[in-house]
Amino acid sequence: MAITDAPKIITSRLGYDDSYTLERYLATGGYAGLRKALSMTPEAVAAEVDAASLLGRGGAGFPAGRKWSMLRKNPLTYLVINGDESEPATFKDHMLIEGDPHQILEGVLISAYALQVSQAFIYLRGEFALGLERLQTALNEAYAHGAVGTDIFGSGFSLDVVVHPGAGAYICGEETALLESLEGKRGFPRIKPPYFPAAIGLYGEPTVVNNVETMANIPWIINNGAAAFAALGAGRSTGTRLFALAGHVRKPGNYELEMVKTTFRDLIYAPVLGGGIRGSNTLKAFIPGGVSAPWFGPDQVDLPLGQDEVGDAGSMLGSGSVVVMDSDTCMVRAAWRITKFFSRESCGQCTPCREGSGWLERIMYRIENGAGREEDLDLLMDLCDNISPGVAWPPQQTTICVLGPSIPSSIASGIRMFRDEYLVHVKEGGCPFD
Amino acid sequence: MSHLNADIRERAKELVSLYPQPRSALIPLCHLAQEQDGWLRPEAVEEIAELCGVTAAEVRGTATFYDMLHTEPVGTYVVSLCTNIACMLGGALELLEHAEASLGVRAGGTTVDGVFTLEESECLADCDRTPCVQVNHRYMGAQTPESFDALVGDLRSGALSGTVPPHGTLVRVRRSVGLVADRSAIVEERATASEAQAARAAAAGGGKKA
Repeated sequence: MAITDAPKIITSRLGYDDSYTLERYLATGGYAGLRKALSMTPEAVAAEVDAASLLGRGGAGFPAGRKWSMLRKNPLTYLVINGDESEPATFKDHMLIEGDPHQILEGVLISAYALQVSQAFIYLRGEFALGLERLQTALNEAYAHGAVGTDIFGSGFSLDVVVHPGAGAYICGEETALLESLEGKRGFPRIKPPYFPAAIGLYGEPTVVNNVETMANIPWIINNGAAAFAALGAGRSTGTRLFALAGHVRKPGNYELEMVKTTFRDLIYAPVLGGGIRGSNTLKAFIPGGVSAPWFGPDQVDLPLGQDEVGDAGSMLGSGSVVVMDSDTCMVRAAWRITKFFSRESCGQCTPCREGSGWLERIMYRIENGAGREEDLDLLMDLCDNISPGVAWPPQQTTICVLGPSIPSSIASGIRMFRDEYLVHVKEGGCPFD
Repeated sequence: MSHLNADIRERAKELVSLYPQPRSALIPLCHLAQEQDGWLRPEAVEEIAELCGVTAAEVRGTATFYDMLHTEPVGTYVVSLCTNIACMLGGALELLEHAEASLGVRAGGTTVDGVFTLEESECLADCDRTPCVQVNHRYMGAQTPESFDALVGDLRSGALSGTVPPHGTLVRVRRSVGLVADRSAIVEERATASEAQAARAAAAGGGKKA
């Protein structure tokens, strides 16, 4: 089977110029899933999603159906959609929000019905000005169409949806920080336990937080059935997934691919996908799932794009973003920039993350700029060990949220895979790629 | 005496009414205040506090956490240039150097004429078009040093005034309706649904036993 044979579950409309309008949405089967769901019982809808084994598409990969089953029945429960996409080199939700906002809304409405929540909020990253406008327009259209509001499509089910803008903070992608932000506060992740907002969420009430891409899958699952969805992919990784390919490839972009059936090699080199490394360069390293993930080298390029497959190999599929670095890339500079990002975006609550990220960034900077010392390599690893004891994968945690343990990934990968390159920086007193 | 003009204040009240607790409207209201003033003036902070039922210190506490909320004046055009990993691999550090020289300010600074603020930003989620630049949070596509200078020229001449509003205006689409589902009706509806669900569960459970 060719790698592009799987059905386009979430990107089917993106080829149209007017893919974001209600007119196009209705002309291409839009809101049929919502009508079908409303004719079923809420628990039957939830069971369908559970049977599809849809893994959450935000980064942690927790099964959506299991998350839903944790929601305590209570008249005040909320559904919050996480559209704060900020993981570096991840740009899939951005495309879905601008390109097909009704599909997300339909997913939200079906989910809200299954969960019988009292109100839904879609938290979008503030920097998505066009996305916010497209989604608000779609929501206005959906209200006028009778798909949102009172007595939706005559079913007796009522729901309000609110589009909420963030204001620029990576940490608000962490679900408890997102809820704090939605309550009008600083985006500080909450102390766990409770581990899930299903116990104590928005305003202390039971809340389910799902990712935008997760929502985009729901209408298809209801329309085509859980079995059709679960038949795609393999093992725990069912359905398709959007992979955001960035860096030194000829054709960077978002590609919807069947889970597990394609490999990193296909994604990077297939002519219909990444099209290979730019110029005549070769692959040096790649990041398989957002900058929080440990790096892979060319020998791991044949791994399939599946959650467990990548996890077993010592990294994670995470946010589904793949960053390709070619032979001209300085590994110290790449890891330095990623570390600088974590240092800037640490919320500052926990000392290991707040202080550790800053110290790591400054040491990386001095190595890259020729002031490094040989013992800095051990110092870096020691600092990483203080943030995440053992510097292993999956990581140990000394902090409230997983931002802290994500910091060592790029540095530890760099030192493990490219120790000589770090040492050349130290010995030559500068970056050999300058 | 209200600092926010009548239209903005009206929209602010609409936003507050969308949330179970008024404080949730705090960030959207900060965006609205920036739409009026370009940044968060102390008078606006006081008024947002009043509208959300919190203290001005709480508004400042929240606002200072977020990159997009400015407690000091910024230029008419905030130019955000991403240098994170995907953009760095696409030449963003070199572009930033060029932009600093071209605009005559370091990242974080505002030009003396108050037209441009240059920001070195984190990932803006447009990573297949690198290096990525946003102006007032509108995507400008991949930029080269040459196209960057042309972009600056177009912004200065007003050629892009239709697509790029002055800094602060985030969402130009207004919500068409408030909350239409009455809260007490929702609670009643959910209670009925919950009873029906329990009855179905009991019936199904009974079936299994028999």
